Amino acid sequence: MTQQFYVSPEQLMKDRADFARKGIARGRSVVVISCADGIALIAENPSPSLHKIGEIYDKIAFAAVGKYNEFESLRQAGVRYADVRGYSYDREDVTARGLASVYAQSLGAVFTAEQKPFEVELAVAEVGATREQDHLYRLTFDGSIADENGFVVMGGLADQISDVVSGGWEPEITLAGAMRLALRALATDKEPDELPATAVEAAMLYRASESHRGSRRAFRRLLPEDMTRMLTEET
Amino acid sequence: MQDPSTGPLANQATSSFTEHLQRSRPELLPFNQLLPAGTVPSSPHATTIVALTYAGGVLMAGDRRATMGNVIASRHIEKVFPADEYSVLGIAGTAGLAIDITRLFQVELEHYEKIEGTLLSLVGKANRLGAMIRGNLPMAMQGMAVIPLFAGFDHSSGIGRLFSYDVTGGRYEEQEHHSVGSGSVFARGALKKLWKPNLSEEAAVAVAVEALYDAADDDSATGGPDPVRQLWPVVYTVNRAGHRRVPERDLAAIAGAIVESRAIAGREA
Repeated sequence: MTQQFYVSPEQLMKDRADFARKGIARGRSVVVISCADGIALIAENPSPSLHKIGEIYDKIAFAAVGKYNEFESLRQAGVRYADVRGYSYDREDVTARGLASVYAQSLGAVFTAEQKPFEVELAVAEVGATREQDHLYRLTFDGSIADENGFVVMGGLADQISDVVSGGWEPEITLAGAMRLALRALATDKEPDELPATAVEAAMLYRASESHRGSRRAFRRLLPEDMTRMLTEET
Repeated sequence: MQDPSTGPLANQATSSFTEHLQRSRPELLPFNQLLPAGTVPSSPHATTIVALTYAGGVLMAGDRRATMGNVIASRHIEKVFPADEYSVLGIAGTAGLAIDITRLFQVELEHYEKIEGTLLSLVGKANRLGAMIRGNLPMAMQGMAVIPLFAGFDHSSGIGRLFSYDVTGGRYEEQEHHSVGSGSVFARGALKKLWKPNLSEEAAVAVAVEALYDAADDDSATGGPDPVRQLWPVVYTVNRAGHRRVPERDLAAIAGAIVESRAIAGREA
């Protein structure tokens, strides 16, 4: 008969956390920046079709790093949650706070109860009428949730990138400025020309999209040509 | 996608919002209710919708009247809605159900777009709407029928297309123009005389408003232009650039011109 080894809960959780952290650290990074025109989401991602950034609802977007299949299933679950909620109550009753707490609960449940924790880190962003009303939530693999002010950096070189972003960020930064800052930050470990516009995925949650774009849906994916134009724009 | 061999997770995955509701929250679907025995109390009905193609797109218009028996239930109801960026739908029949089905259809298209990261094809959208109308068949048997008209811009062929439905969810592509609702026989007669190939967008809006005027003239359940309350039909155009609601100002001018020309002609019918 085989003897079951005793592992203390502390050790078990620590091992799981180390495992998840290692998985996330292997991935490329994502930057979410709240700026004057809305919220910019930028990820280093050479694939044009496997997205790390997605639309959840009218004013809410999602960004993730880690294992694609895991965060993709979370993204789809988020879209389902938001659509059911908006359909059964009203569109304005769907909030980033509600979505983030659902994510926190499922990540927490998977972290403690499943075979293996999710190797993902998520950001949920909701654009408000003014920059002060923007919401940025950061969720980690164990279900911890943090309400961030200004910007969120996740992924492999999060600390290094975060230093660059916090150095250049200011509340009145423009969309083009935020994009330039994010690209500069994402390229910290590379030569300056190693991160062309085609190697990044970018999207935007536009502030006051009803009056400017004629749609409640604030999310727009930016094409590489939009990025190139934006980056060469005069400051 | 529904193949059981793909495992439990893939089995759960669906890009259809209606299917998701069917599984997790069936009570939220507008149809699917078990009706008790007895007669259904009268409820507001929405009536005439017209749609026609023009050069580069398609257009849909609906009057503003809802009736309950011989009483006017509403003078402000809207029966034409954008379904997504590139399609619109109009509804005739039981107003409450029709508005709910419209809302469900709008979420269905947006949900697919978000999950899959791409738009559904125009025929795909038309088929989904057909499936919803078929889902409503038990209610239709109780007298609560919903008949939609669907129009959109087909990016693969580069033209505006038009689809009509029957109560069983049958989908039929219409050429040139079509109309549904109790005033549709009169509207269709007008469309036959007024519609021409390659109409400009402005001319097409005028044709649609005039067809609704003719329907209102002969059908008591269809409302005509109302200068007292400044109420005009709801008109949407759809072309390559997406859908656009025709502004009230333009409609007031068009409706005014029609009334004026009819008054000058001074004919009885």
